[in-house]
Amino acid sequence: MARLFARNETLVTLILLAFCAVTAAIDPHFLSVPTLFDLLRNATVMAIFSVGVLLVLASGGIDVSFTAIAAFAMYVATKAMVALGFGDSMLVAILLAGGIGLLLGLINGFFIATMKLPTMIVTLGTLNAFQGFLLTFVGTALITQVPLGMRSFSRTMLVRMETADGSIVSLPVAFLILVIVATVTGLLLNRTMLGRSIYALGGAPESAARVGVRVVAVQYFIYAYVGALSGIAGIVHGAMARVANPFDLVGLELSVIAAVVLGGARLSGGHGTLFGTLLGVALVVVINNSLITLGIPTTWQNVVTGLLILIGTGLPAFRAKLAAQRAG
Amino acid sequence: MESQVEVRLEGISKSFAGVQALEGVDLTIGKGEIACLAGENGSGKSTLVKILAGVLRPDSGSIEIGGRRYPHLHPIEAVRAGVQVIYQDFSLFPNFTVAENISFNQALSSRRRLVRWREVREVARGALAKVGATIDLDARVEDLAVADKQIVAIARALLQDARLIAMDEPTTALTEREVRALLDIIRRLKRDGVSVLFISHKLREIFAVCDKIAVLRNGRKVADGPGSAFDLASLSLHMLGRRLESHAHSRVGSRGEELMRVERLGRAQQFSDVSFTLHAGEVLGITGLLGSGRTALAKALFGLAPADRGGIALGGRPVRIGSPQEAIALGLGYVPSDRLTEGLFLPQSIGHNIVVGSLDELSSGGLLERERVRGLTEEWVRRLAVRTPDADMPVQSLSGGNQQRVVLARWLARNPRVLVLNGPTVGVDVGSKAEIHDIIARLAAGGMGIIVISDDIPEILAACDRILVMQAGRVVEEVESATVDEDRLAARLAS
Repeated sequence: MARLFARNETLVTLILLAFCAVTAAIDPHFLSVPTLFDLLRNATVMAIFSVGVLLVLASGGIDVSFTAIAAFAMYVATKAMVALGFGDSMLVAILLAGGIGLLLGLINGFFIATMKLPTMIVTLGTLNAFQGFLLTFVGTALITQVPLGMRSFSRTMLVRMETADGSIVSLPVAFLILVIVATVTGLLLNRTMLGRSIYALGGAPESAARVGVRVVAVQYFIYAYVGALSGIAGIVHGAMARVANPFDLVGLELSVIAAVVLGGARLSGGHGTLFGTLLGVALVVVINNSLITLGIPTTWQNVVTGLLILIGTGLPAFRAKLAAQRAG
Repeated sequence: MESQVEVRLEGISKSFAGVQALEGVDLTIGKGEIACLAGENGSGKSTLVKILAGVLRPDSGSIEIGGRRYPHLHPIEAVRAGVQVIYQDFSLFPNFTVAENISFNQALSSRRRLVRWREVREVARGALAKVGATIDLDARVEDLAVADKQIVAIARALLQDARLIAMDEPTTALTEREVRALLDIIRRLKRDGVSVLFISHKLREIFAVCDKIAVLRNGRKVADGPGSAFDLASLSLHMLGRRLESHAHSRVGSRGEELMRVERLGRAQQFSDVSFTLHAGEVLGITGLLGSGRTALAKALFGLAPADRGGIALGGRPVRIGSPQEAIALGLGYVPSDRLTEGLFLPQSIGHNIVVGSLDELSSGGLLERERVRGLTEEWVRRLAVRTPDADMPVQSLSGGNQQRVVLARWLARNPRVLVLNGPTVGVDVGSKAEIHDIIARLAAGGMGIIVISDDIPEILAACDRILVMQAGRVVEEVESATVDEDRLAARLAS
C-alpha cells in the first residue's frame, strides 16, 4: 500500500481525477463520450511524441530536436508525394515520414553515441539545424492540397456514433496509430533486454558499460527510434490538419517533455513508465480542456502546467533529499 | 591440505606516470581458499585487483586462472575466466529492483533478447538463497541499506559462475553485525568451492576469516603465508613497516589556551549531545563509521548544515555559526572530504585556487592588487611544498596529495584560528599522506587548533592528540591517542 502511494502514477491519477471532478461539477456535459473523443483526438500527436521522449529520458539523455524532426519529415514526405504523385496510401506516407525521421535521428545518434557529446547540446543544435535546413532548402509555403492518402486517413474514423441530441461524434483512426506505437514501445521497454539496457544506461552509465551493455549501439537505437516516432507523429499531425506547414510543431518540445516528466520520468535518467507518461499527457490535455471549459484565459494553461510540474516533480525530489540527509 | 591452484599471479608490476604502484608481486589463491590482501591505503591493493579484473593492464608479469595463462586480461575475458570483483560502489543499478539487478548481467552475457520476469525472480531468489540471505526481491536497490546492496552484488557475482570473487574493502561502511553476516557469507562461498580475495586493512576481520594472508607495502609484497603464521603485532608491523608505538606524540601537554568549546551540540536526526573543547596547539580527532554523524558534525561546525541545538563558544565567547560566511568571519576554516566537488575549481590555476578565499583582503576599491596576489600565491606554494613548475598551471594537473595542499593553502592564507579537516588524506598516496600529517603537526605547533575527521584509524592515531569516537550520532568515547592502539580503536568503532 505504501509502495502504491510512493508511485508517481498514483499522484498523477489523483490529480487527474480531481480535475475531472471539478470540471464535471461546473460543466455537466464534461462527463460524456463527445468530450472523451475530443480529448483523445487532441492528445494523439502529443502522446506519440511523449512515448519517444520517455525512451530518451529513461536512458539518461534528453532530446529537444524531435519537433524539428517531425516538421521536417512531415513536410518533406508530403512535398515528395505531391511532386512525384505516389500519395494514395497513408501507409506509404507513414513509412516515408518515419524513415526520414529515423535518418535524422541517426544524425543525433552519431553526435551523441560516436562523438560522445552531451545530448542536450547536440539536440539543441540539430533542432535549429533541421528546421533551418527545411525552411532554407526545402520550402516555406504551406501545402494545402495534401495527397489523397492523408486526406482519406483524416476522414477515416475508428468509432462513429450518434448522440442523444442527434449530433455525430467520432474517434479518428489516428488514435489507432497511438495505440500501436504505445503497445510496441511498452513491450520494447519492459519485455526486451534492449529496453532494460536503456533503463540500465539511464540508472548507472558506468555500471552499464562495465557489465557489457553495448552503450554506443543502444544510443544509436534510441535516437533512431525517437526520430522514427517523431516522423510518424509529424505525418499524422499533417494528415489530421490536412495541411503540411513547415512552421508547425517546433516550439511544442518543452510542453511534451513537461508532460513526460509530470508522468514520473526523471531528467536524471533511469525512471519513467509508459503508463505514467500517458497519464502525464492526459493530465496536460485535460487541464487545457478544463480551463477552456471553465472560461479561464488560455495563458493560464502554462501557469497551471508549470505549477503542476513544480509540485509533481518537486515533491518526490524534496522527499528524496530529506531521506538522503537522514542517511548522511 | 594441498589444494588445487585457482589463480596464480606472477611478477606483476605496474607504474603510473613514473610512480611504481606494484613491483614484482606474486600471489597464488587455491580453490575454495579465502586469501586476504592486507596493506595500508595506497599500498597497491586496489591496483592489483584492477589488474585481476582486466581493468588495468600490467607492465609486466603474467596471470593464470583455472590453468590458463594470460599476459593480461580484458574485462570481458576476466568475467569469462570466472573473476568477479565487488567494487566499493558495487556497480549496481539504483533504479532496478533487487531481482533485476541480480539477474541482469547474466541475461546480458547469455545474449538473451527477451525478459521473462518470472524467470528473473526465480534466478534472483536462487542466487540469494545461495548466499543465505533474504531481501525483498521487489525493493529498489536505491532504497536498500549498504549491507544489502553488497549482498545483491555478491549474489549477482555468483550467477556468473564465479571461480574467484574479489571484494575491495567490503566492510568499510558496515556495522559490526553486518560484518559478521558478511564473513558468514564468505565462509559459505568457500564451502561451495569459490575462492575469495578479501581486501582490507582491518586486522580483526582478516584474522576472523582468512586462510592465507599476503601483505603489500608500497607496491611490494612484504609477507605471505597461512593466517596462523601471523599475529596482530606481526601483521601490523608488516603493513606499516614500523611499530605502532611510533604514533605517540611528543607534543602532548604543550596545549595553549582554549580556542573552542562545544556543548551539547546537535542537529535533528544527524547527531546530538556532542561536547568537547579544543585548545591552541592541539589536534583533535573525530572518528566513526559512515553514518555515525562525523561529517554532519564537521558541517555543523562550519555552518554548512548548522546545528539546531547546543552551543559553540570561540575564545570564551558564545557564537552562532549559521553559514560558512559567518564561520570564516569567526576565524574558522574547513577543508571538505571531497575536494573535487566541494573544494577546488579544477580547470583554474593553482594561484587562483589559493587566493579565492582571500579576495577581500587582497583588493582595494573593488580591484585586485596583482602584486600581492602573486606574493601570497608564491609564499604558500613554497611553504606547503606544492610540486608544480608554475602556479599558473591548472589544479587538475596536480596529483591528489598536491591538490589537497592547494585546498589547505587556501585556508591557511586566511590565517584561521581553528581548522577543520574532513578526511584530509582521502585518495592521497602514502608518501604525501605522511607529509600532510607533518604539515598538520607544524600548524598545531604554531598555535592553531585543528580538528581532523576521518575513518582512517592509522591516520587518526598518527595525526591526533585526542580522539572522539562517534557512533549513531553520539560521542561514545574520548581517548588520548597515546594510550590506545589501532586494534582497540577499530574494535571500539565497529562495536
